[in-house]
Order: sequence, then structure tokens, then C-alpha cells
Amino acid sequence: MGANRPFREEPKLRVESLAVARGGRVIFEGLGFVAEAGALVELRGANGSGKTSLLRALAGFLKPLTGRVVFENIHEPALALHYVGHQNGLKPTASVRAHLAYWAGLLGGAVTGEDVSMTVGLAGLADLPARVLSQGQARRLAIARLLLAPRPIWLLDEPASALDAKGRTVLANVIEAHCAQGGLVLAAVHEPLGPSPTQVLSIGGAS
Amino acid sequence: MFSTFANPARFMAFSAWAAPLCAVAALALFAIGLPWGLFSSPADYQQGETVRIMYVHVPAAWWSLAIYAFMGGASFVGLVWRHALADVAARAAAPIGAAFAGLCLITGSLWGAPTWGTWWEWDGRLTSMLVLFVIYLGYLALWGAIEDEEKAARLAAVLCLAGLVNLPIVHYSVEWWSTLHQASSVLRSGGSSIHPEMLGPLMTMAGAYAFLFGALLLTNMRAAIYRRRVEAVRLRSPI
Amino acid sequence: MSALAATFRRDFALMLAGGGVLAPLGYFVGAAMLVPLAMGPERTLLAAAGPPLVWIAAALAVLATLERLFQADLEDGSLDQMLLSSAPLELIVLAKGAALWCAVGLPIAVAGAPVAIALQAPPALIPAIVASLGLGMAAFIGAGLVGAAVTAGVKRGGVLIALIVLPFFAPPIIFGAAVAQGDYVGSALLVLGGCALAAAALGPIAAAAALRLQAE
Repeated sequence: MGANRPFREEPKLRVESLAVARGGRVIFEGLGFVAEAGALVELRGANGSGKTSLLRALAGFLKPLTGRVVFENIHEPALALHYVGHQNGLKPTASVRAHLAYWAGLLGGAVTGEDVSMTVGLAGLADLPARVLSQGQARRLAIARLLLAPRPIWLLDEPASALDAKGRTVLANVIEAHCAQGGLVLAAVHEPLGPSPTQVLSIGGAS
Repeated sequence: MFSTFANPARFMAFSAWAAPLCAVAALALFAIGLPWGLFSSPADYQQGETVRIMYVHVPAAWWSLAIYAFMGGASFVGLVWRHALADVAARAAAPIGAAFAGLCLITGSLWGAPTWGTWWEWDGRLTSMLVLFVIYLGYLALWGAIEDEEKAARLAAVLCLAGLVNLPIVHYSVEWWSTLHQASSVLRSGGSSIHPEMLGPLMTMAGAYAFLFGALLLTNMRAAIYRRRVEAVRLRSPI
Repeated sequence: MSALAATFRRDFALMLAGGGVLAPLGYFVGAAMLVPLAMGPERTLLAAAGPPLVWIAAALAVLATLERLFQADLEDGSLDQMLLSSAPLELIVLAKGAALWCAVGLPIAVAGAPVAIALQAPPALIPAIVASLGLGMAAFIGAGLVGAAVTAGVKRGGVLIALIVLPFFAPPIIFGAAVAQGDYVGSALLVLGGCALAAAALGPIAAAAALRLQAE
């Protein structure tokens, strides 16, 4: 993992009076917060409260109704974000190694797949097609994406789902290391991830 | 002009009187144009009385094309500025354009029977119109297949603009294709060889179609807006 | 490895892995096989009208490959990653289209040679027919990207894609059929090249716009 703080720019995320609508319904509005470099922000809220929509709006997938999302001290906006959603983004016939190679190319990775699969505990599975992986192993593979290409801001949607105790430890370590390096993590969670969050953001339900 | 009507409330106020006005104007022009074209205009020296179907056929062709162009404009506005009203306008215009294209195809076929001796001739213009008709059907089918209305509007707008680029390419390739196969070349509906005395009724009918389109469009849009309001009210206070 | 090369390699490998190349190729040959069954085996009749029907079979075979092209990416979350790439989505879509052309378009163009011969096309015309099919496939795929992208969220959207895409197939079919009949071969090939270029340039732009909306 090299230098201690590779994200020297001190990435910062500022959200101002954000409102997001889905299918003609406003899910949340007037949301604002600031997250500094090194922070772990946990998003809490009931099902349907809009945690996923918030993460997708931050990722730029979803156009917000009003308000803005500002990334500060980011030199290359195209390389600012990682997103791990509910779906792992796996193709059943492609091998673990092929996935890592693809993501490294797609996302501009600098780290080799072997190191990464070791870290997330997939070593030895490199030649297996994704269809034979268990749910937890598939999740680990998606988490491996975070380590392939160094990007300062991680947006994680229930990253611990389907992970066993060991997998959760791996995830906690990975997140802690990222924050220690000056990265910024926003995670939608139902249960605490392990590392103590610097900030807990509760999203009120629409109902 | 568009920004004035972009506000739904203002649009509803405007269309409340504009829609019936368009309907009245369309009725009046049809009342003048139809008898003028069908009875008191001269018969064609070559085609005889069958030329009279032109007064129904040609404006339908013109306006089905123009409506597609209108939808392209509305789609562009809807995509770029995310105007809900532009989405509604594009969606509301499509069935009218499809109906005009269908009318053009049917009257073209009817005209072909005595003129060409067949119910369907693969004439260049008719073929282009058939392609336009299929484009309309695809657009409407896409709208119908996507449940999320906002998403449907945006995706249909992308498709509409792609179709707008495709249309001239289709037109010129079909033209080339029909000369290659030397389809009937002597007889053509419309065209530049039109008798001046036919121009009056033809233009009247074109005006009638325009107002008919305006009346149907505004009514369709009002219906769509009312439906959305009902849905919004239901959503807020479920029964 | 750049994002585009990675996308191309992955999509090409995925298409090969699922036996995905054989199915459209078999469909192409099978659809062409129906032509003499419908027209009768008489050679003069086939020679007069058969060769352009290669294009109908080719168009059908391409249509069959489009439904899952982006739908799978939308469902399994791959589309999100494509959006986060440092390369613009338009180019990634272009790379996917190129992979489809190599995996499906090129084999069909090559298989067009025996199929056209079986449909009684004059042997001297075969190289031109293969070349025209190669160009026509690129035009079909460019248009197909748009159809696949706007319907990516529609379940069982195969018929819908066909309806949407067919009007875009009209120009390449017109010029491709001219080549197959030996009319204006040189200029028709040029126009087909133009169609292919236009589709390769505009198709990914429209498809990427649609995919961004799909990801919302």
C-alpha cells in the first residue's frame, strides 16, 4: 500500500441541499453535509429511505432534483470515485483473474490482481469462473475492485452484505487502511462496519 | 415562446381556450377544403377524378413528417432542459403523427388501385412513408414498454432524435432504390407539376390538418397532465 | 491496458465463452436455408432473386444478438463501473460494438460467401458480397447499439428491439442488396462504407446517452 498518505490533495466532499426523486417521488430533500479526508461516514436509514439513491447521486449516476455535490481538492474528477453497489458487477463465465484484469483496465488500475486477491482472501481462486463463487466470495471480488485502482472516494452500498465474519474483518481492515491514507469512505449500512465512524448520517424515511 | 408555456399551470390556462379554437378552425377549414377539393376543383387530365384523393393524402404525408420533426424538437428540449412539458408534447404528438402516416398509406394504396392497377405499389414515396410509420410504431412501443414514465420519456427522446437523423438517409436511399428498380415513373401524387387551381384546396386542407393536429395535440397533452395530477393526488392520499 | 482494450477483450471473450458466436452464425445459415425452401430450388429463379436475401438472413442474425448486449450490464452492475471509467462511455460502447462486430459480424460476413454461392450468386461477385456484408454488419451493429441501449431495462424486449432497429436497417439493406445483385457494386460499397462510418460514429453517442439514463 506504499506511501502513508497517497491522497495528498486531502479530498473533501460537500453536499448542499440535495434533493433526489425516483419515479416522480421526492425521496429526500434538503440534505447537506461535509465529509473531510480520512473520514468514514456511515449512512443509516430504514429500507426505502434513500441511502442507495444518495450514493448513486454522489456517484453522478442519478441527476439530483436540486442541490449540488462538490468534490474539493480532486485533480482528476474521472478518477475520483469507486462505487460498490448491491450488484457486484460480475459475469458468470469470466474468471476471477479476468474480472480483475478488466477492472484494472477499465478503472485505470496500477496494482496487480494477485496482491489484491490475496488481500481480500481470494488467493487460489483466480482461475475459477465467477458463477461458482459463493455470494460472500463474489462480494469479496467486488471489494477487490476498490484496491485495484487508487481512488480517493469510496461509495459503498451495504458492503458487508453476504460477508462472513472473516470477510467483515477484511472489509474493516481495507476501509481503515483507506481512511488512514487520507481517503474518504461513505457507506450505507444497517449494522456498524467495525471501524468507528467519524460521522453517522441518518436519512429520514419518506414515509 | 416555449419558456412561456413550460409552466404547466400557464399551459393549462392557454390550452383551455387554444384547443377548442384549433378544433373550430380545423372544422371550418375542412368544411371549405373538402367540398372544394372533392367537387369544385378540376379533375386531372391524366388521372381523372382519382386525383381528388390527393387532398387527403398529400397533407397527411406533409404533416406526418412535420409532426415527427416537431417530436424531434420536443425531444431535444426534453433531453437537454429536462422540461416535463416537452416530454408530454412529444408523447402526445406521436399517435397523431402515426395516424396521419397511416392515413397517408391507406389513401396512397386506394389511389394506387385505379392508377397503377394494384393495391400496393413499392413507390419511393410510399415506401419512405411506410418506414416513417414503422418508426412511429417503434417509438410508441418503446414508451409503452418502459414503466417509469420519466425514463420512458428520456429514452424515447433519444430514439426519436436517432430516427430524425435516420429519416433523410432512408429517404435518399429509398429514392435511389426506386430509380434503380424503375418503379412507375409517369404518375406521381403531388409533385411540382400540380395545376394552380388545385393549389387552393390543397393548401386549405393542409391548414385544416394543421389545426386538427393542434387541437388533438393540446387535448392529448391536457389529458396526460390531468392523469399525472390524479396519480400524484392518489399517491399522497391512498384510498 | 487501456479501458477500451480491456472492454474489447472482455466482451469478445464473453461472447466466445457462451458459445455466443455459433448461435447467430447458425441462425444466419438457417434463415438463408429457408429461402430456396420458400422460392423453390429452380436455379434461374434463385439466381435472379436469391442473393439479396442474404441480407435478410444477416439482419435477422444481428437482431438476435442485441437483446442482452446492455441488459446484462444494467442488471449485474457492470454498467455502473463503465460509467466510472476514466474513458468516456461513448468510447466504451464503441469498444463493445467493435467486439460484437468481430465476434458476430465478421463471421457472418465470411459465412456469407458459401451462403451466397448456395443462393446462386455469380462467383465473381462473392468477394464484393463478403466485403459489403462486413460493412453492412458494422452499420447494423451501430444502429443496434441504440436499440439495445434504449430497451436495456425492458424484460423480453427482443421484439421491441427489432421493431425499433429495423427502420435503421433500411439504407444498408438497399445498398447491400444492390451489391448482391451486381448493380453499381463500386458505388454501393462506398455508400455502405459511409453507412458503417456514420453508424459507428453516431450509434455509440446515442447509445451512451441512453445508457446514462438507464443507470439513473
